[in-house]
Amino acid sequence: MTTGFNSIRTEIEQPQAWRVETRTRLSGAIAVVAIVAVAVLAAAPVFVSRGVVQDLFFILTMLTLAQNWNLLAGYAGLISVGQQLFVGCGAYALFGLVILGGLDPILAIPIAGLLAMLVAVPTAFFSFRLYGPYFAIGTWVIAEVGRLLFAQWKMLGGGTGTSLPREATKDMLGLSLLQDWFGMRASAAADALAYWLALALATLTIGLVYKLLRSKQGLGLAAVRDNENAARAIGVDARRLKTAIYLLTAFLTGVVGALIYLQKARISPDAAFSLTDWTAYVVFIVVIGGIGTIEGPILGVLVFFLLQNAFSNYGSWYLLALGALAIVIMLFAPRGLWGLISDRTGWELFPVRRLLKGGPPIKTDKGGPHG
Amino acid sequence: MSFIDTLLQGILLGGLYALFAAGLSLVFGIMRLVNLAHGDLIVLAAFLILLIVSTLGLDPFLAAVVAAPLMFGLGWLLQYYLLNRTLGKDILPPLLVTFGLSIVIQNGLLESFTADSRRISANAMETASVDFGGISAGVMPLVTFVSSVLVIVALNQLIYRTSLGRAFRATSDDVVTATLMGIRPNSIFAIATGTAMMIVTVAALYLGMRANFDPTAGPARLIYAFEAVIIGGLGSLWGTLAGGIILGVAQTVGAAINPEWQILAGHIAFLLVLLFRPRGLFPRAMD
Repeated sequence: MTTGFNSIRTEIEQPQAWRVETRTRLSGAIAVVAIVAVAVLAAAPVFVSRGVVQDLFFILTMLTLAQNWNLLAGYAGLISVGQQLFVGCGAYALFGLVILGGLDPILAIPIAGLLAMLVAVPTAFFSFRLYGPYFAIGTWVIAEVGRLLFAQWKMLGGGTGTSLPREATKDMLGLSLLQDWFGMRASAAADALAYWLALALATLTIGLVYKLLRSKQGLGLAAVRDNENAARAIGVDARRLKTAIYLLTAFLTGVVGALIYLQKARISPDAAFSLTDWTAYVVFIVVIGGIGTIEGPILGVLVFFLLQNAFSNYGSWYLLALGALAIVIMLFAPRGLWGLISDRTGWELFPVRRLLKGGPPIKTDKGGPHG
Repeated sequence: MSFIDTLLQGILLGGLYALFAAGLSLVFGIMRLVNLAHGDLIVLAAFLILLIVSTLGLDPFLAAVVAAPLMFGLGWLLQYYLLNRTLGKDILPPLLVTFGLSIVIQNGLLESFTADSRRISANAMETASVDFGGISAGVMPLVTFVSSVLVIVALNQLIYRTSLGRAFRATSDDVVTATLMGIRPNSIFAIATGTAMMIVTVAALYLGMRANFDPTAGPARLIYAFEAVIIGGLGSLWGTLAGGIILGVAQTVGAAINPEWQILAGHIAFLLVLLFRPRGLFPRAMD
């Protein structure tokens, strides 16, 4: 076994020869496809009907929520069932800023995200004291506290909730511009505006998650996931990383919450802090699609949307079947539908694995990568 | 006087919460499994008792005796064929499977029993009360509290005095070594969950007789159970009773100030304990 020694020597002589890459040939092609897809989606409101735009809006907002939960649970190991807290806080912050503060709804959206992130600071402080599975229920309790507290806020309708006044959304930022440019009616223009924001947000989230996972922090995160003690030993600050991710997802989830409720224009504590709508569905999307991958939630949200359209008339039978499907997938294909596809084909559309490439060809007798 | 009355009501309510929590605590203690469907299983048991009462015309207490072995069987099957597959180093599968199960049970109950709220009728016992020198306490809350104490005594006896209990403790401490000694962890886990479901049946009996319940009542019961366990500290059943009492007192005191604050006051008590004593008031286990 002298090959090891030789390759070390060659590496010293030619330091440029090896390189660590995450890119594959497929991912290059996918990048082009992704840009085209985003461009096509961006053009959609001009060509398709309002109903389709609303459906796409729903898909994109659920996708963003799913990507966030996936980052939290699949990569940072923080299994939260209390993400509805941030949807609700973002939504209520929007209503508060617009109704009580008189702010433009579009400007209020990012501020609502920041307020949701602010709420996440004490939340993290409490819930991070709970170990593993208890963290999950802890986040749920805190979300309940949020729901009960907002139900006490009489100025925003208390337990019954309130509506966004029509005057506030009528002259939203950019709305008249859309009406002039595309000749849209006010309601269609408002839908298109919300849709474009959702598209931008979903693209931004996926881009952000992808960039994060390919960065040094992403590597640290993977190390923590594989073995927290070993990762700590080599200097990964696991707690800090997890807190940062928790706050980031709180911000993005809050922004999505604000956007969803800007479009709904009607809020109540039970709806905005709904476990089923903002956590159960999201968990099912991620689990069915494939947890711990970026492709999983994308696939999952499409499957979820198709199932929703086909079976939602069945009411609770539909939810029952969705829960059962998630259980079956978790037991028999824990990496979800995308896991099944990627096992068969070896595809990685958003590769985050670091591959060692280049260097001099090593002459070996055996076929393995280590000679 | 009304303050002492409130306090007493709270303590007695704590008995019910301890009953919710004991099963959760047992399952977590033995296999480190947090069952997110625990609350829904309590509601399921309440519907089962209701079904037995209405079809066979039995007294609720007798109906619970009939329901208990059925729930044991359900728990055994659930653990042996479903949950055992999810156990391992990764905490994700058990959480997500029990979360899915919670949704399945809730919607299954909605389909079978509609969304109407129900109650198990206990006839005269519902309104009967006992007088302690000026303070009166309902018979039902008293019986609930006594039952919770009896359940905890029995559970402690089971865990510390029987060979099955020894097997529970051994498996909890070290699965591999326990296996070497001839214990089959999978069936021990199944028996443990079955036992927890029998406690769930007792909890369901009092849940159903004391208040209305409907298919969506489960998650809130899970949360109360969880809060009682964390306030009391992991690994101690008496701690869980104390946790239940603290939660119950916080809720009744909150409700006495403003009826809308009942649940919120309980959550705040829980968060305060988490703030000052993150390992609970009477911790015993190290994890």
